[in-house]
Amino acid sequence: MEKILQVKDLELSFNTFAGEVKAIRGVNFDLYKGETLAIVGESGSGKSVTTKSIMRLLPENSAEFKNGEILFGGRDLTKLSDKEMQKIRGKEIAMIFQDPMTSLNPTMPIGRQLTEPLLKHQKISKAEAKKVAIDLLRLVGMPKPELRMKQYPHQFSGGQRQRIVIAISLACNPQILIADEPTTALDVTIQAQILELMKDLQKKIDTSIIFITHDLGVVANVADRVAVMYGGKIVEIGTVDEIFYNPQHPYTWGLLSSMPSLDAADEKLYAIPGTPPDLLAPPKGDAFALRSEYAMQIDMEQNPPFFKVSDSHYAATWLLHPDAPRVEPPATVIERMKKFPGSRYYEGSRV
Amino acid sequence: MAEKLLEIKNLKQHFNVGKANEVRAVDDISFDIYRGETLGLVGESGCGKSTTGRSIIRLYDATSGDVFFEGENVHGKKSKKDLKKFNRKMQMIFQDPYASLNPRMKVMDIVAEGIDIHGLAKNAAERKQMVFDLLETVGLNKEHANRYPHEFSGGQRQRLGIARALAVDPDFIIADEPISALDVSIQAQVVNLLKELQEEKGLTYLFIAHDLSMVKYISDRIGVMYFGKLVELAPAEDLYKNPMHPYTQSLLSAIPLPDPDYERNRVRKSYDPAVHNYAEGEDVRMREITPGHFVQCSEREFESLKATSARI
Ligand SMILES: Nc1ncnc2c1ncn2[C@@H]1O[C@H](COP(=O)(O)OP(=O)(O)OP(=O)(O)O)[C@@H](O)[C@H]1O
Ligand SMILES: Nc1ncnc2c1ncn2[C@@H]1O[C@H](COP(=O)(O)OP(=O)(O)OP(=O)(O)O)[C@@H](O)[C@H]1O
Ligand SMILES: [Mg+2]
Ligand SMILES: [Mg+2]
Repeated sequence: MEKILQVKDLELSFNTFAGEVKAIRGVNFDLYKGETLAIVGESGSGKSVTTKSIMRLLPENSAEFKNGEILFGGRDLTKLSDKEMQKIRGKEIAMIFQDPMTSLNPTMPIGRQLTEPLLKHQKISKAEAKKVAIDLLRLVGMPKPELRMKQYPHQFSGGQRQRIVIAISLACNPQILIADEPTTALDVTIQAQILELMKDLQKKIDTSIIFITHDLGVVANVADRVAVMYGGKIVEIGTVDEIFYNPQHPYTWGLLSSMPSLDAADEKLYAIPGTPPDLLAPPKGDAFALRSEYAMQIDMEQNPPFFKVSDSHYAATWLLHPDAPRVEPPATVIERMKKFPGSRYYEGSRV
Repeated sequence: MAEKLLEIKNLKQHFNVGKANEVRAVDDISFDIYRGETLGLVGESGCGKSTTGRSIIRLYDATSGDVFFEGENVHGKKSKKDLKKFNRKMQMIFQDPYASLNPRMKVMDIVAEGIDIHGLAKNAAERKQMVFDLLETVGLNKEHANRYPHEFSGGQRQRLGIARALAVDPDFIIADEPISALDVSIQAQVVNLLKELQEEKGLTYLFIAHDLSMVKYISDRIGVMYFGKLVELAPAEDLYKNPMHPYTQSLLSAIPLPDPDYERNRVRKSYDPAVHNYAEGEDVRMREITPGHFVQCSEREFESLKATSARI
């Protein structure tokens, strides 16, 4: 498979009054052409910062690349000038932000916000751009798009704003689409439409998608592969089946155990105990160790490397070291593993 | 649970009235909220959930209709003092944590805003301690008090919004998608927290959200909105087991589950309002099908829904 983007040993910090916030602490991943890679993980773990660093959208005065490279089309994006980046942004790599208000201009009617990138990156007339814009709005499920072109962002609901942002990002048929919580503000039916839309686009122009979300149901629906982030690092990466049916990292176990199920009884939800690591002074060993009932002595001292589970599945936990004791994952995780050929709990039948 | 804390009667909120782009964001809805319950509100993006919440706490003046809080009309003429009293009793946690936090204020002052307005702290030391406690309650810590909103992740900001709402010790909280920006483990923490606070303080919630598995988990009753109207209202369990309005059925069939095999084989039901085939001027309104289970329907649909549910 062709690699369209490679993130290598990425380290990035913010210089703040309180000190150096080590937000990204050695992130590695490849993005293949036409695939959807989902990034999940704790709030504050560095998902948005990772993708914003690809787009070079971090505040220049405080964000600092410490190490690593981001390779796209033979170039290292961390080294490009602002001007070169401008040509890539919005055209070759587009991004949908977590919060639609940050990417919409509150003082400009949404129609113009849609036609501007079209006029900038494509050779079309104003009238054509307007037609494309209306079509895009209709495509993302906006009722009466013609009438709403003249309205301002505050006149739309949260979910409608997000759909406008999605329409803008799709306008130029990008090679890579980075979607940061694109459907969080949407109801499940519109969400399903948007996910279909993104999949269609992917089929049509072979776009690669990086999809950040907290909704594991959405991940199960869209992802080919999943990267799990914790404390500024990727702690586990694998195919969607490997992560959901054969997870190896205790943080991934915690994540999968925190979901309420639709037929769950009225008991308390499981929440991972403790607080996220302090990125001003990240712990020496495994950043998750202090919150994990599976932690061993070595977790406090040394950062675990990636252990290979399969050709496509890696996890950074000392539990995978040949000398580590065998531990029982949580019950809900064992239930999942029963469905996965190759897991030690596999029961042969898959529903 | 029989005591009504809020009564919403024929509430309408229309924007741009009389223009081509008139929006009937909330179009004649009525429901009650009982003291100590959580009423979930779900529905299509843009159907009017936030507007309903905002009208209830009077961020907007309603186009028409009434909202009674403990029997008093919130939308009638009110003195500044009365409004202040309502403002303390009813708090809102907003959908959009970016827009709702002042970027130039430190966390300490953001969280303490309500404490200051209502004079709830005796002195600076007490104010500080209250803020520290609130930060801890929402899973942050006191070191965060000196930072500015932009230094926080999306999820962390949402927790600030919750701390701020809790600061004035309200009776009723409208939580407008309070957890959508949080990771699942913190969602679980926040939902557990909201439930605990409810038990401790007898809080009442209007909980607006898209994550239907969470809504079901936290709510006693759930209302489903579609294009400015309430189309179904039922006890949570009942709504999931026996959804009656075709829009509710479509909504439930679209819930994504954290199971790739299931997702690859999922079948969605779509909703087309044309299925009702209502005649011009037909009397379509909320009707009670089984005890506590209301559906917007015509007389004809009512009969058939009643017949069907009698068979179950
Ligand atoms: N401009 C900034 N200055 C200082 N610290 C920052 C800045 N932006 C982000 N951070 C910090 O970097 C870390 C990673 O933040 P990021 O926004 O990537 O989290 P995230 O994984 O996207 O979380 P969420 O799921 O809540 O959106 C956090 O600890 C955050 O506080
Ligand atoms: N200030 C306003 N001016 C004009 N129209 C508005 C205004 N505020 C909201 N609307 C419209 O009212 C309708 C309802 O909006 P509302 O924000 O209540 O939806 P919602 O159900 O909360 O949606 P979401 O789930 O996307 O947040 C939408 O069509 C929206 O465009
Ligand atoms: Mg983020
Ligand atoms: Mg809303």
